Amino acid sequence: MPGELLLEAKKLSVEFATDEGVVRAVSEVDLELFAGETLAIVGESGSGKSQMLLSILGLVAGNASVTGSARFKGEELVSAAEHRLNEIRGSEIGVVFQDPMTSLNPYLTIGLQLTEPLRLHKGATRKDAAEQAIEMLKSVHISEPERRMDQYPHQLSGGMRQRVAIAMGLICRPQILIADEPTTALDVTVQAQVLSLLREIRERFGTAIILVTHDLGVIAELAERVNVMYAGKIVERGSVDDIFYRCRHPYTEALERSIPQFTEIRPARLDAISGNPPNPVHLPSGCAFHPRCPYRLDVCDQSVPVLESVGPAHAKACFYEGPLLTVTESRA
Amino acid sequence: MSDPILSVQNLCVYFELSGDGWFGSKKTLHAVEGVSFDLAKGETLGIVGESGCGKSTLARAVLGLVPITSGAVNFAGRDLAKLSANKLREQRRHLQIIFQDPLSSLDPRMNVGQIIAEPLRSYFPKMNQQERQVKVVEMMRHVGLLPEHINRYPHEFSGGQAQRIGIARALILQPEVVVCDEPVSALDVSIKAQIVNLLADLQAQFGVSMLFIAHDLASVRHVSRRVMVLYLGKVMELAPWDEIYRAPRHPYTQALIQAIPPADPRRARANPAKPLGGELPSPINPPSGCVFRTRCPHTIERCAQEVPVLRPVGGSFVACHLAEQIARPEGFQ
Repeated sequence: MPGELLLEAKKLSVEFATDEGVVRAVSEVDLELFAGETLAIVGESGSGKSQMLLSILGLVAGNASVTGSARFKGEELVSAAEHRLNEIRGSEIGVVFQDPMTSLNPYLTIGLQLTEPLRLHKGATRKDAAEQAIEMLKSVHISEPERRMDQYPHQLSGGMRQRVAIAMGLICRPQILIADEPTTALDVTVQAQVLSLLREIRERFGTAIILVTHDLGVIAELAERVNVMYAGKIVERGSVDDIFYRCRHPYTEALERSIPQFTEIRPARLDAISGNPPNPVHLPSGCAFHPRCPYRLDVCDQSVPVLESVGPAHAKACFYEGPLLTVTESRA
Repeated sequence: MSDPILSVQNLCVYFELSGDGWFGSKKTLHAVEGVSFDLAKGETLGIVGESGCGKSTLARAVLGLVPITSGAVNFAGRDLAKLSANKLREQRRHLQIIFQDPLSSLDPRMNVGQIIAEPLRSYFPKMNQQERQVKVVEMMRHVGLLPEHINRYPHEFSGGQAQRIGIARALILQPEVVVCDEPVSALDVSIKAQIVNLLADLQAQFGVSMLFIAHDLASVRHVSRRVMVLYLGKVMELAPWDEIYRAPRHPYTQALIQAIPPADPRRARANPAKPLGGELPSPINPPSGCVFRTRCPHTIERCAQEVPVLRPVGGSFVACHLAEQIARPEGFQ
């Protein structure tokens, strides 16, 4: 049974005023995150997955307007004052970004960056903070943690930097860790290190994780529930098994078919999704995926499909009701 | 194999670094260390390795874009390293490159037509405007760009479209060899597959030979039948795809395979992606003997003392003392 409801977004939208007109990056998205669970948000660049999370954290750019509601344990974040957001960010909600080199400050030692949140949020003394920081570096498997405290980010390897960034996200023991493409910039063996670390952290600290990624392999490794986003909307949501073995949205199916797999059978061609992701300034009418969809119906360019339940905790936003070509239970 | 179009022999590329302080002794970074391979006409060789393995330096050395320390790059029977600047320029027409980041490799102030025509302008200055235009439009069709977009600028294109422009520019001179340096790594999943398919089609159509560089094994599967695995500037394994898949023999190849998350939740639960322990050693001060020994689960004493040579084992070439003894690890799909 799911634990406490930690985060609840309702009709959350993010719009940007640009020279070319208003861009709706996120469009009336609903989201729920329960204590201890791992929720994945999958989508390609421009799908709005990062903007949605930044809007929850109050970190969107100046020309953005956020509407709707996002509540953290019942407390509204969209209209919250900056000082309250400052208290929540880093303390109750930790964040890990894609590129550890840009999220760590090159001028400050690892030790200073790791202890700052503790001193700021928890009022820890310098000595206490340093002890906790060394402990946290050990938890993320950094060798010689005492020595690392005095080092600068450039002295660490890419994988170590990302583990330090994760340590920073976790240092105040937040209830939620938001990981925005945490392995995208990493090599495959280092990615495996970070994935196994996130699994370990989840078990050890019971942290709920929101994992933003475009990589279905990463989702299969970590996620329990999955939201698939396209052009600012959630087009399908369900358990990780629903999404991989019983997916009902053509876009989800297309994503799964297009990934190169490590297998012996070598199909002559990959199943590519035709066309390009839509331009957010000029979204297609009706369902935004219709120009690229092989199952397109007449209604698809006229009406916008809404998320409808197709099973327990499984929903899709699509008019097509028939079977998808490649979805069979036997695939397992 | 018939006569290879490209034959690289014992290629070494070192970079001299200044030492610590004013009077510190110079250090040498071994980026590529004794790499040899042949590329047959019309073949695609996949080159796989992680950051710092020397794959991009190798690609640039083959094209003569970084100076070679020792060894030979024979293209169509000539050693490129020994050619004069003028002669090398003449040969470069036959050797082209496609870069990883499509947008940063296109001049933002040139329109698509100018970008694709640039190599023609450079190598055939006497070609008239009309003829050039015809060739550019034809190439745009081949790579799936709309000819009416010829006057647009790079920023008006998405990543996938921009990569098509880069491919058109590389192919317009009808080169013999194209080096693809991680051509799909920066692209979205749905676009990756399009570009991989396009490269495979173009290769079948024009019969070019390719070096296809990637940082993971899964992405080279659809384009190449032979794969070379690099680690710290050295070849660990060179084998046909089927051998790599069925019987990866080098412990590093095995580690690369086990680190791939399988995109299948049930399999992931049973067999999560396995990380490779330890950190990449510094290429300035590589380990003695086998460079992989500091992270290898099978290391024996001999590995620290003796450099393993690349030798035939089964249908593969493997640089490991224990290649015969190491079993295919558990948990393979």
